[in-house]
Amino acid sequence: MSDGLKISKTGSKPRPLSPHLQIYKWQLTSIMSIGHRASGIALSLGSFLIVIWLVTLALGPEYFSLINTLISHWFGQFVLFGFSVVLFYHMLNGVRHLSWDLGYGFDLGTVYKTGYSVLITAIILTTITWMGVWLY
Amino acid sequence: MATPLKNAKGLGSAKHGLGHWITQRVTALALLPLTLWFVSIVALMTDSSYESALTIVSNPFNATLLILLIVSIFWHSQLGLQVVIEDYISNKTKRMSLIIIMKFIMTAVGALTVLSVIKIAL
Repeated sequence: MSDGLKISKTGSKPRPLSPHLQIYKWQLTSIMSIGHRASGIALSLGSFLIVIWLVTLALGPEYFSLINTLISHWFGQFVLFGFSVVLFYHMLNGVRHLSWDLGYGFDLGTVYKTGYSVLITAIILTTITWMGVWLY
Repeated sequence: MATPLKNAKGLGSAKHGLGHWITQRVTALALLPLTLWFVSIVALMTDSSYESALTIVSNPFNATLLILLIVSIFWHSQLGLQVVIEDYISNKTKRMSLIIIMKFIMTAVGALTVLSVIKIAL
């Protein structure tokens, strides 16, 4: 048995396992892939901010002022900034996934090109959004 | 040799996979314009006061889009979280319980938020 080959202990019979994650070199493609999942989980939690905003708005001004104080605080603004970055990343990378689902953009050069485009466009959209917040 | 054993045991595909896959993509498509609309309307709010928020949400056009946004968000994220749970929780009982709990929470929270928008808008 070679050094790299691990054996599963959970099955009824010992089975060979594929190498664990730390064996592989970090690449843009793999980071963006796990990043899509991680951002999706983060956004599921982040959506509760929209929930709290709307539910307290329905409950009345005394409840709404609580959430308003929180999101006006510098830390609240920092959380909202993070929310917007993650949202734009997931949205744009989602478009990349949709194009893959349609069968486009599979060759390695294009995968890297669209990958970098997603990152750059996410930064641009975040900048535009917060310029809008500060200017209005 | 292929036998009908897996049918007898009730294992194998539940034939729900394709529906899940398509719904995930259709809700993603719906979320694209809805998200851009929501982000721009929030970013362009003149202030974060109760009155400004109320003015926006009580507009029937905005309220309709907000309800569509909330339904799409929770539908899409519930499908995504299901896949995450299915991938990482190998114990069948734990996996099924977690998926059901997650779906109950997401549906309840989504319903509460839609009700809030309706209450504000009416």
